[in-house]
Amino acid sequence: MNEMIDNLLTTGLEIWNWFPADWQTLLLILGKIILILVPLMICVAYITYAERKIIGYMQIRIGPNRVGPRGWLQPIADAMKLLFKEVIIPTKSDKYLFLIAPVLAIMPALAAWAVIPFDRGVVLTDVNAGLLYVLALTSIGVYGVIIAGWASNSKYAILSSLRVGAQIVAYEIAMGFALVGVVMASGSLNMSDIVEGQAGGMSSWYIWPLLPLFFVYFISGVAETNRAPFDVAEGESEIVAGFHVEYSGMAFAVFFLAEYANIILISSLTALLFLGGWLSPFEGLVEAGHWLGASSFFWFFAKACFFAFCFLWFRATFPRYRYDQIMRLGWKVFIPVTIVWLFVEGLMIVAEVGPWAASTGAV
Amino acid sequence: MSAIKHFIKSFSFWELLQGLAVTGKYLFAPKITVQYPEERTPMSPRFRGLHAQRRYANGEERCIACKMCEAVCPALAITIDSEEREDGTRRTTRYDIDLFKCIYCGFCEEACPVDAIVETHIFEYHFEEHGTQIMTKEKLLEIGDKYEAEIAANKQADAAYR
Amino acid sequence: MTITDFLFFAFAGATIMAALGVVTSRNPVHSALFLVLTFFSCSAIWLMLEAEFLAITLVLVYVGAVMVLFLFVVMMLDINVAKMREGFVSYLPIGGLFAFLMLAVMVYVVGPVGPDVMGAAALDNAVQHGPEYSNTEELGKILYTDYVLAFEIAAIILLVAIIAAIALTLRRRPTTKYQTPSKQIKVKSADRLKVIKSDAEVLK
Repeated sequence: MNEMIDNLLTTGLEIWNWFPADWQTLLLILGKIILILVPLMICVAYITYAERKIIGYMQIRIGPNRVGPRGWLQPIADAMKLLFKEVIIPTKSDKYLFLIAPVLAIMPALAAWAVIPFDRGVVLTDVNAGLLYVLALTSIGVYGVIIAGWASNSKYAILSSLRVGAQIVAYEIAMGFALVGVVMASGSLNMSDIVEGQAGGMSSWYIWPLLPLFFVYFISGVAETNRAPFDVAEGESEIVAGFHVEYSGMAFAVFFLAEYANIILISSLTALLFLGGWLSPFEGLVEAGHWLGASSFFWFFAKACFFAFCFLWFRATFPRYRYDQIMRLGWKVFIPVTIVWLFVEGLMIVAEVGPWAASTGAV
Repeated sequence: MSAIKHFIKSFSFWELLQGLAVTGKYLFAPKITVQYPEERTPMSPRFRGLHAQRRYANGEERCIACKMCEAVCPALAITIDSEEREDGTRRTTRYDIDLFKCIYCGFCEEACPVDAIVETHIFEYHFEEHGTQIMTKEKLLEIGDKYEAEIAANKQADAAYR
Repeated sequence: MTITDFLFFAFAGATIMAALGVVTSRNPVHSALFLVLTFFSCSAIWLMLEAEFLAITLVLVYVGAVMVLFLFVVMMLDINVAKMREGFVSYLPIGGLFAFLMLAVMVYVVGPVGPDVMGAAALDNAVQHGPEYSNTEELGKILYTDYVLAFEIAAIILLVAIIAAIALTLRRRPTTKYQTPSKQIKVKSADRLKVIKSDAEVLK
């Protein structure tokens, strides 16, 4: 038995060594990507289930409970159903753009995970400009929606894509400014450095000195993902289903995957940038060596889950914003708030008050 | 002063937090969902479901083809043809209710002078072919025969309030 | 061929094909999208040249914001495609002339054209930096020391442009009715509804 395993291992190693060095790195990276994407896709599937359950519970219902024990297989059943449905391409639609739009929607949502650190050193690529990369990728997610709306050759869809375009451009500015605050505090664009800059227990997380920016960032994140109460892009009561009104089957499912992947992404980013990612909230409160005080993936996951829960909570609570109020909130409230707070933060850095006084002194 | 109050209120998300508190509270509230096939809600004796025609205890059909139900039906779902039977009584030769037209208002039941046409408690039924939605006299009588005890009990329960 | 070479040729090829697509496609929306692809593959090449800040900024600013607005306008336009394509041949010489001039300027800036400066081989000639090197930091240092005046002037020019653009397009029409959300949410029922107590009267 042992011999067989040894044999298998040596053959495996031989096959591995047969690849040139370049290919080995490529395969390693591909393996890591799969290692990130498969759990992510499972999370995306189960956040749809969580959404239906949680919103159901908030409406005193019990939500899906028929497929599998307690309804646990519901997302799988949904995926299967959509997989076997026909993708109908409307007449006079732009066929190629119509089909490429879902891909453009999901691509940035998945690609952004390349720079998200899950634990100390557990990250696909630890690039220096990680934060900028994430910002850039979330900003191109809007293309999927805009192209879907235009290519559908439908009034509702194009109205929705116009709404989304204006909304995302507006909130991206506020989001970018909020991130500038984080960069000023940490003195780095590298995600791991930003998290490490918050070491030292709950009190040194960036959420406290950057509280207004935290709120601006998270609310802009909700707006960026087109979730309630900013979901005018879907606006069932006005424009049917918005940009994906003409989509069916798997093309439709991909839009939903993208939306939920974006939710998880924004939740994780908020946890990383403002709540110290994988750092334990009890650091320094319990004696050294206790598992509560140790930083681990668990804390990152718990924090991200909390924010993902908030997304669902908001959807169950708030009515949809009127469109002019969305624009007002983005341009006339969030951007001034962030600019004022960046100025305050600059003053704090110059006066060396706040938790970053020591860390930014060197830079 | 009110401007300052409003400013603080909006920037502390006071009203939003109030809303979140309401939904957050209901997250833990006992759920009222009825698990339908396993659990059922109680039904009123006045429930208006699938139709049935009744008979007297001696087996004679109640319907006397007075066509009151046909006249009162707001959806024009009932069609009746009648003829004189050998014993000289007027009887229906055709009594059809189109269930696609029927709105289950219960007017036929109210109009009937002999309590012949009634609406039962049955609400779980379906049609698989075109034409089967027409409830003919035979089908109606069959349902009536099958559920007579229940129908009579319901009529009895409701009689005190009429 | 190493993977880096392969990636370079893939992205360079994509850039050229997309750039050709911009000028040859019949539909203006397609042209705009081809331009997006051009920017994107350009930024990928910049990324391979270790200019990650510029590459990401290109995506963030041009792809993420400018082209979205551009696409917006193009989508809304009702362009007669046939009319647009009239005179393609007659405009070709002057277009070609400008293309040639631009190429000449670029060659003048870059220096003598050759395999050392252009193509995949140039990637190897570029100064390689260690993993500690941060393109963002270097750019920041230069921008805020040597070129601080130029940088600030550019910022002010952009600010003036923003204000001018807003001032030019802002037209308050007296006939249009606006709603002020901040006023709307301050409204109390007492402001709009007045309950008047009155005795019951009998009309005779």
